[in-house]
Formats: sequence, structure tokens, C-alpha cells
Amino acid sequence: MDKLRKRKNVISRIIFQTATIAGIFALSILLFSIINEAFGYVIFVNENSPADIYDSDKNLNDADEDELIAILEQNLSKGLIRRFNFEKPFAERDVKNILELVMVEVVNPEIVKAWSLTSSIFGRKKILDTLAQDYPTGNLEFRSWLTLKFLFAPQSSIPEKTGIITALSGSLLLLLIAIILAFPLGVGTAIYMEEYAKQNRLNSLIQLNIYNLAGIPSIIYGMLGLAVFVRFLEPITSGQIFTTTVNNTANGRTILSAGLTLGLLILPIIIINAQEAIRAVPKSLKFSSYGLGATKWQTIWHHIIPYSMDRILTGSILAVSRALGETAPLIVIGASTFVAQKPNSIFSKFTALPIQIYQWTARPQPEFRKVAAAAIIVLLVLLLTLNAGAVLLRNHHNQKKKG
Amino acid sequence: MEVNNNILNLKDLNVYYGDFRAVKDINLDIPKNKITALIGPSGCGKSTVLRSINRMNDLVDDTRTEGEIIFQNRNIYNPEVDAVSLRKQIGMVFQKPNPFPKSISENITWGAKINGFKGDMEQLVEESLKGAALWDEVKDKLDENALRLSGGQQQRLCIARTIAVKPEIILMDEPASALDPIATLKIEDLMKTLSKDFTIIIVTHNMQQASRISDYTAFLMTDENRSGHLVEYNETRTIFINPKNKKTEDYISGRFG
Repeated sequence: MDKLRKRKNVISRIIFQTATIAGIFALSILLFSIINEAFGYVIFVNENSPADIYDSDKNLNDADEDELIAILEQNLSKGLIRRFNFEKPFAERDVKNILELVMVEVVNPEIVKAWSLTSSIFGRKKILDTLAQDYPTGNLEFRSWLTLKFLFAPQSSIPEKTGIITALSGSLLLLLIAIILAFPLGVGTAIYMEEYAKQNRLNSLIQLNIYNLAGIPSIIYGMLGLAVFVRFLEPITSGQIFTTTVNNTANGRTILSAGLTLGLLILPIIIINAQEAIRAVPKSLKFSSYGLGATKWQTIWHHIIPYSMDRILTGSILAVSRALGETAPLIVIGASTFVAQKPNSIFSKFTALPIQIYQWTARPQPEFRKVAAAAIIVLLVLLLTLNAGAVLLRNHHNQKKKG
Repeated sequence: MEVNNNILNLKDLNVYYGDFRAVKDINLDIPKNKITALIGPSGCGKSTVLRSINRMNDLVDDTRTEGEIIFQNRNIYNPEVDAVSLRKQIGMVFQKPNPFPKSISENITWGAKINGFKGDMEQLVEESLKGAALWDEVKDKLDENALRLSGGQQQRLCIARTIAVKPEIILMDEPASALDPIATLKIEDLMKTLSKDFTIIIVTHNMQQASRISDYTAFLMTDENRSGHLVEYNETRTIFINPKNKKTEDYISGRFG
């Protein structure tokens, strides 16, 4: 009898351990494949090699301003030179800026082949062979696809020049709008449902609906957003009734529409989390407040909200991180797949990180997969930051509650 | 008992939770500036009676109260009586110490603040803590979180918090049952002192406690329908030495309950 019980114990422990290990294994593979793509050797070929355009013993990097301007004038058309001068006169530009112009416009390196991290480490010989045989004029470089430049560059059709600033700022603006809509509305609803609503049939029906809404597939919210915000409320969401100067082709497919849709998407999650937080406030705390002659509102404002705020915030942050990764509703609403400019108002066309990643992985050039991997890293870091923030907040408040 | 000295009159009080009649036809006259104890076996409705005096029962769903409680010449269950301002006059101390998760001084000042107190807050804190015999123990750490205090100190802080609002009556729902014997004694001493300025109504399970501190004692019991009703009400000495009712005698001599 005792032996049997012991054996059952061992078996169940092994099963649970296996499950945990399998989970960790899957997660490691995911992270590995992303990092594997985001770093590695590349071969780039220069349109004009620095040695050809710079007739000197020195390196191009050490050339002074006048020499660099001379190179530009030699190699570029007069119209282009005039345009650069118009953007910012050469006299006001520093050496670094002009050097960059030379590199981009004249040298113009283009990546022709890229390898993953593992093949860069283990297949170095093969890479060198390829370089020697296929690209005699090419240069080999170890490249991180995730660079500071990548973070702040606008979208481009050339993989090594493209960046995620449009998608990143789109995503952050979307979240901001979603939070502004969903947080006050969600917390308000939760307070009403927990503190004011009487237990009757109507309210149980509402409660049931909130639970159901939290489980509805996000694409349905996309349809809702398309019908309501994009089509029906187009004059508002496209900004036409506020100003006549809005002159874009968004037609309601704006950041505002998408942000409101994401707000609706996370609203039920925020409500449920906030309700649970408010329910966790000890009855004794409420009673002691009422016992001192506090009104309902004073009790809610001074005791219930402060006591439950950490849990409300934790739940909301987790809801927001869900919104950050949502793709389906944005596709339905009509996120643009190519936006070269940062959104400049809530009535702009937009793209978002997951949309951008999806779009890059769908491109035929293999280099864009590397770019996508770099963008995934950015998205994951954002998500982890949000979740870590939630955990820190919870710990901080837990300590405060214990005194 | 002289009628003019009563601060509170319960007349035919009935309390229902849904269909269940928890308390049946209670008639009680509570004398001013005395300690009145409600005793009785578990579930006899003594806490329900206590909570109906400052309308705490309103906060429980599905509660219905019939009968009258006369305080300052009006029935507190009249529709025009505001339960919130009533609770400023009839304060309450609970079984489990429940200070706010704030600093000691904030615990005292909060009730005064929401009631529009405009005077000197520091003085109020000192006065109230002295009134609750806690001042000497906490005067150096008024900004510390109240939850760091011991259970007995927390309960005295709750009493201090209640007297800071300056009520007429203080209701105490088994205030010492979660405390150790020494802390209990301190609370009991405190109640004696407080009864000079306040009327105290206390629910207690502990018959020795009732006999030690109270001036009047009401004994409640459940009937065959589990509804609580008043068996006997008199001066504490009479109840404990010479009870009129056989059931009271059985209960206080420990034969049941």
C-alpha cells in the first residue's frame, strides 16, 4: 500500500517535470530561432568602392569635408546635389553627416547574401568560399540586424536600410488610445458592478456577457471596429469634422479607429481583473470606513481604490500587453503595410509592430526575414518590459499592504 | 431604570435576512454613559442587534428591519434619517482589529477629515490616542504603518479612531475575542474609562468579561425557529447573582451554550 502510494507520487512528479521541461524547451527553441536569424555574416557589394572614388592613400573615413564634397560633386547629378544643399546647406553639415551621405549615395553598399548565426559560427569556411567564388568584389561583415539605426529608421524597401520607427510609434500610439478608452471605462464598470449593482437578473446577465466578451476571438472585434469606427463614424475617426486640412487617404482607417478597437478588445479583460481586485478588498476595511460615517463614495475613493489599485494596474498592464501583440483586428481595420512616415496625428494611416513583422516575413527577399527577427526581438522586449513592470508593481504594493 | 436617562430605545425590533427572521421582537432601553453587555449563545442574534443600531445591516444585501430604534427622539429607520451621519454619532469597533493600511496618525485623522473636522489635527491625534490609552506606546512612531502594531494595540487604535469622531455611542462587537488575556484586560480597563464620556454597548461571548465590566446585561437566546429573542435584561449584578429566568441561570452557570 505504502509502496504503491510512493510510486504514484514519483510518477506524477515525473509527468509534471516533463511538462515543465517541454515548455521550457519549446520556449528556448523559439528564442534561439529568433536570435539565430537576427545576427550573422553578410556579404555586401559596393556600387562604387571607396578606393575608386577617393584618390588618396588615406582611408575614406579620414577624408576631410572638402574632399568629401568633391566626391559628391563628381559622382552625383547636379540636381541631387542641389536638393541636398537645399535640405541643409553643406556648409552647415559636419564631416560625419557628409561622410554618411557619401556612403549612402555614392558607395551605396548592398547586402547580397546573409547567413544565420549558427551557419556564421560553424560554416565560416563555406562562407569564405562563397565570398571568393561568387562575389570577388564583396566584403564580409558580421552584422547585427538589430541596431540603433534600425530602431529609428523609417520603413524602406531595402532590407539593410529599413527600420521600425513607423511601426513602433504606431503601436505605442495605438496602446495609448486603447488605454485612455479602456482603463477609466473598465475600472468604472468594475466599481459599479462590485459596489453599486444589486444582485438581480439583469446584472447577472451583464456579468455573464462581460465574461463572454473576454473570450471572443479578436478578429470579431476587428469586424466591429470596421463597421463602427471605420465606416459608421468615419467623419470623426478620419478627422474630417474637426478640420478641413486633413488630407490623407486613410478614410477612417486611422490610428484612432484601431486604437478604439483595441480598447474595446481589452475592456472586458480590464473589467474582470478590476472586479477581482475590488472583490479582494477585505470586508473589514469597508466596514471600518462605513463605521466612521464615511459615504459610499468616500469609502470607494479613499480605501477600495487605493487598496485594489496595484491589482487593477497589474491586470491592465497584462491586458495592454495582449493588445500590443494583436494582429487580426488591425488587419481587418486596414492597417497599412507600407507607411514610410511616422504617424503625425491620431488621424494618420498607421502600421503596427505585429503587422510589420508579418509583412516582412511575407516578402520574397530572404534578408527581410532577418529584419523581421530583429523586429520580433523589439516586440518581445517591449512585452517583457510591460510584464516585468506588472510584477514589480505588484511586489511593491504587496509590501506596502503588509506594513 | 429611569426613562429619561436612556439614550436609546429598541422597540419591537425584528431583523430579517431574506426570509429568515434573525431577531424577534427585541425591546431594550440602553442607559446613557453606562456599559451594556449583550450576551448569549452563538447565533442568538446579538451581533445582529448591535449592527442594527448604527444601520450596518443596511450594507448586507437582503436585510430587512422592522420595529423602531429611538435615538435623539427619532426612529433611526425613518426614511429621512441619513445612515451615514447616524454612524458618526454611533461608532463601531469590530471583532477583528481593522486599522486602515495607513500611518497611525492618518488612521485617527481620516474619520475626522471626512466629517469636516477643521481643528488642530495633531491635538486630535494626541487626545484620541490618550483616550484609548495608546499614546505612550506610539507617540514616537505616529507616521509608522498601523499594521505594524500588535493586535491589542491595533484594537486600541481602532477605538481611538472611533472616539476621534466624537460619537455618542460606541458599539463593540466582541472587541477582545481576537486578543490575548493581557491585551484583553487593557481593553476592558479602557472601556471602563470611556464609559464616563460615552455610552458603550458590547457584544461578548465571555461571561466573565460581561460581569467584570458591564453595568447592564441583556441575555438573548434562540427559539425553536432559530430566531433570537430577549430572555432577560437587568442590572448586571442581578443577572449574574439573582437571575429571574431559569434559562439565564442555566446559561451563566455554564450548563449550556
